[in-house]
Amino acid sequence: MQTVKMVVTGPFNAGKTEFIRSVSEIDVVSTERKISTANEKMVKEATTVAMDFGRITVDDDLVLYLFGTPGQKRFDFMWEILSEGMLGFIVMVDSTRPETYREARSILETFRAYAPTPYVVAANKQDLKDAWEIEDMRHALRLDPKVKFLACTATDRDSVKTVLLELLYSILSEMENGEK
Amino acid sequence: MALRGNLRDFTITQLLNLINLARKTGTLVVEGPSETAKISFREGKLAYAQIGQEDSRLASILHKANKLSVSQYKAIQQRANHIPDKELGLLLINAGYLSQEDILTNLQQYFTDIVQRLFTWVEGFFHFDNDLLPPEDRISVRLDLENLIIEGSRQLHEWEQLQDEIPSLDMALKFSDRPGTNLRNVNLSVEEWRVVSFISPRNSIKQIGAATKMNDLEIRRIVYGLLQAGLVEICRQDGAPPPVAKVRVFPTEDKEEQKSLVNRLITRIRSL
Repeated sequence: MQTVKMVVTGPFNAGKTEFIRSVSEIDVVSTERKISTANEKMVKEATTVAMDFGRITVDDDLVLYLFGTPGQKRFDFMWEILSEGMLGFIVMVDSTRPETYREARSILETFRAYAPTPYVVAANKQDLKDAWEIEDMRHALRLDPKVKFLACTATDRDSVKTVLLELLYSILSEMENGEK
Repeated sequence: MALRGNLRDFTITQLLNLINLARKTGTLVVEGPSETAKISFREGKLAYAQIGQEDSRLASILHKANKLSVSQYKAIQQRANHIPDKELGLLLINAGYLSQEDILTNLQQYFTDIVQRLFTWVEGFFHFDNDLLPPEDRISVRLDLENLIIEGSRQLHEWEQLQDEIPSLDMALKFSDRPGTNLRNVNLSVEEWRVVSFISPRNSIKQIGAATKMNDLEIRRIVYGLLQAGLVEICRQDGAPPPVAKVRVFPTEDKEEQKSLVNRLITRIRSL
């Protein structure tokens, strides 16, 4: 059985869990990992980290895993681990919370530095009345015009499919460009 | 819809940058601790500004700038208080008191001063009203925002914010491709020009800092200002090897099989 991986990242409460839940064939598993210091004498209390994990079976031979990163910055050491071997990643941004845009930009730059894989940015909660316009968000996030920035409602399966497909098209396009 | 928030989360500098890049028309209303400011824009350029209960009519502005004497100001208040600013401006020009350039320069300075006062506001609700334009009886100007943005960035001192904005100094910079932006029209400090002279995808921000003898904070502050003004963009340094993934992305090395795998993924996602 072959496996491939995509990562869904973004600030806390951007909608990563809902995004994965909308398409995962298994209930989204929030994996609790106990993180403790290396020196056992100094261990006081283990910290728990919640990560989301979903799965889409493609066929008898291929499975796609979706990993949602922990949103809190203090767990950013997990991001590098999760980003290893990913096909591509999705950055989720909460359209109704401009106070998270700076953090979203920082997360995006961090993941770009980890791996030169294709990515898309999803403006989530576009169905809510306080959502910023997509073009305003693009400027606020300082996204390059070439970056795919997609309206999204993470609780809507079709919307989530569109975001995943756009990422896959980008991956395919990069492969084809690499051959030229 | 919904360009709104709090200055606590989105600074005035960032708002000006957004308005500039999006070439917005309308009025930014900012509710500060003790007063409300209204800053109007046309296609991303500053057009008009008003703050609190301050008298923003032409006569008052010119009087505060010492372009009108006390007696001239009082005379205008008594005899011409009701006429629109445009008419008053023409009267003053025709009477030889002031030139058109004088009037526009002083208006621009007054509006700029108001915006600069907002740089000190760290808390307050804002929203952008696309339908609210400057009062018709007032004179609007047309002022580029880049210099204001750079000035706002100069006042930025928070180290954590700069680190968030520019987490890695190993990246490089390139000039942005925005049409209409001419570096010659932008006023930069000596330090900023020094940094600009090194901008190239071949030079990392760290290298530029070393060449200009700036520490991490200083180079971050300057680069942040240039980024906010939309003059430069962050890019990967030329010649820098892309990070090597320690784990294979695809379960196969064969390129055709990799493409086939992606196509299978696409087909499956479409069928969901």
